[in-house]
Amino acid sequence: MTTATATPAGAGLPGAPAGQRGAVALRRRRRLVILGLLALLAVAALASLAVGAKPIPLPVVWDAIFFPTGTEDGIVVRSLRMPRTVLGIGVGIALGVAGALMQGHTRNPLADPGLLGVSAGAAFLVVIGIYALGVTSLFGYVWFAFAGALAASVLVFVLGSLGRGGPTPVTLALAGVAVSALLTALTSALVLADTNTLDAFRFWAVGSVAGRDAGTVVQVAPFLGLGLLLAAVNAPGLNLLALGEDIARGLGQPVQLTRWVGLIAITLLTGAAVAACGPIGFVGLVVPHVARSLTGPDHRWLLPASGLAGAVLLLAADVIGRVLVRPAELQVGIVLALVGAPFFIALVRRRRPASL
Amino acid sequence: MTTPRLEARDLQLGYGDHVIVDGLNLDVLDGTVTAVIGPNGCGKSTLLRALARLMPTRRGHVLLDGRRIDRTPTREVAKVLGVLPQNPIAPEGLTVADLVARGRHPHQAWYRQWSSDDEDVVAEALSWTGMDQFAERTVDALSGGQRQRVWISMALAQGTDVLLLDEPTTFLDLAHQVEVLDLVERLHTEAGRTVVMVLHDLNLAARYAKRLVAMRGGKVVADGPPDQVLTEDMLRTVFDLDAQIVLDPVAGTPLVVPIGRRHRALEVVAADAG
Repeated sequence: MTTATATPAGAGLPGAPAGQRGAVALRRRRRLVILGLLALLAVAALASLAVGAKPIPLPVVWDAIFFPTGTEDGIVVRSLRMPRTVLGIGVGIALGVAGALMQGHTRNPLADPGLLGVSAGAAFLVVIGIYALGVTSLFGYVWFAFAGALAASVLVFVLGSLGRGGPTPVTLALAGVAVSALLTALTSALVLADTNTLDAFRFWAVGSVAGRDAGTVVQVAPFLGLGLLLAAVNAPGLNLLALGEDIARGLGQPVQLTRWVGLIAITLLTGAAVAACGPIGFVGLVVPHVARSLTGPDHRWLLPASGLAGAVLLLAADVIGRVLVRPAELQVGIVLALVGAPFFIALVRRRRPASL
Repeated sequence: MTTPRLEARDLQLGYGDHVIVDGLNLDVLDGTVTAVIGPNGCGKSTLLRALARLMPTRRGHVLLDGRRIDRTPTREVAKVLGVLPQNPIAPEGLTVADLVARGRHPHQAWYRQWSSDDEDVVAEALSWTGMDQFAERTVDALSGGQRQRVWISMALAQGTDVLLLDEPTTFLDLAHQVEVLDLVERLHTEAGRTVVMVLHDLNLAARYAKRLVAMRGGKVVADGPPDQVLTEDMLRTVFDLDAQIVLDPVAGTPLVVPIGRRHRALEVVAADAG
């Protein structure tokens, strides 16, 4: 009686070709989007290597990378601009992917990776490090920032999971806002109490990719890598969660596991970014909207597109920051706020952001 | 032929301190269409969610093909039992084909994401519901009736023998309600699916289901073929509704004609005069 196979009666009717044709067109478009973003990223990376207080022609950049001879320009490119560019790419990818994950899991188009208390936690422990232990090097900040990011998000997860039914987007967002507010208040209290701490902290708090050496990149790379791996694993499950928890469960997806994997990925990616560069806003909020308008809501395409677009935006903002007030520099966090705010307003005005 | 696919054994369900369903037993036989009816808040949607392992049971358990559903790997369950919750919402910008393709999830693995089999099943599901010409449209651009057909296509692509539908006709006008239920009927007659659905419209329930389960206060009060369940007494005790039952001139099933306050008064007057 029971039909053993999945196929309903009326198989093989016309309609299959039309569906396949459309699917092929969509796939081709998504592939073009990824290729286009890769090309843009290459251009941005070259600009990041060539542009600065001392402009260096592209052929010299090329030689410095592939045939290093130890010229002055070569050293500038290899020891200053290359780590800065690599870090910018890594952090841009991390923030873009984390932002898309965050908006997907919360089904909230205004969600930002900072919503989980990651940035506030990082800032608080950096201040503790400066104030109580006298840490003043960027290299030292990284571990404090990362520990703070992890501790704050664990606290947010625990608070958000207290209710019956485990963590939900709403309880997590509430816990995140509460923990962030508390930590930000404590941070302000410490910073206001001590001028030396304020001086050291304010340069970290603005968010920058400048002045970091290859060591910073190596420090955060494993966390970035693990975060990206978990994000990739999370994409199909997140696609099902986007249809609603009941549909996801009905299709055999373990919902709580999917949530946890996503939250850990967000924490690792945002934590690594904040640890390396300080809190950088706007990338995680704006970039997923741009990516979504190019690829549609399928996270298997949206996550990579978001990551690449994040890297392009971060590098572009950093390069602009070097040109605007030459020979001085504007920190990338400030440029992003200056560029990002009008851009976001334009995006919202042009068409309302897709509801999730 | 008459083995139960889905069984509820002494179910107690609830949220917090609130018990919604208590001591409920139900057998769903293979290849049948069952409609669960009852007033708002009687626990019919809660029961459906528990049957679909979407919520835990407090006491008792649900058996799918004789196995406890909460002890069966959820992906295994998803190959046999599909569920459409009430009023599902697709993310903006998702195409019809992509949504239906997600129904194939239980049949995929990390090493085998998408196969030509999946492609065929999705195309068939779309042509079966008549949605193939909309494959590349986005779901949010469709009308309510078309959208419901897309979700049914997704459930169809999941390829399960048993399908649970929670009020598949909510927010649809009458023509589209009939269209969706016609589709459900074909699922049963042409594809041999076992269907359990929660329905609000008693007349449509009587017409499209072979068996009605009437619930009130978390218990089953009546259970059987429509002409035995849908009686004036049942409507009074279960729905607190005074109504007359006439024969549906088209389908021959019972048809509920509610009386209402004005006509109840007239009836009394008529009775007095007579």
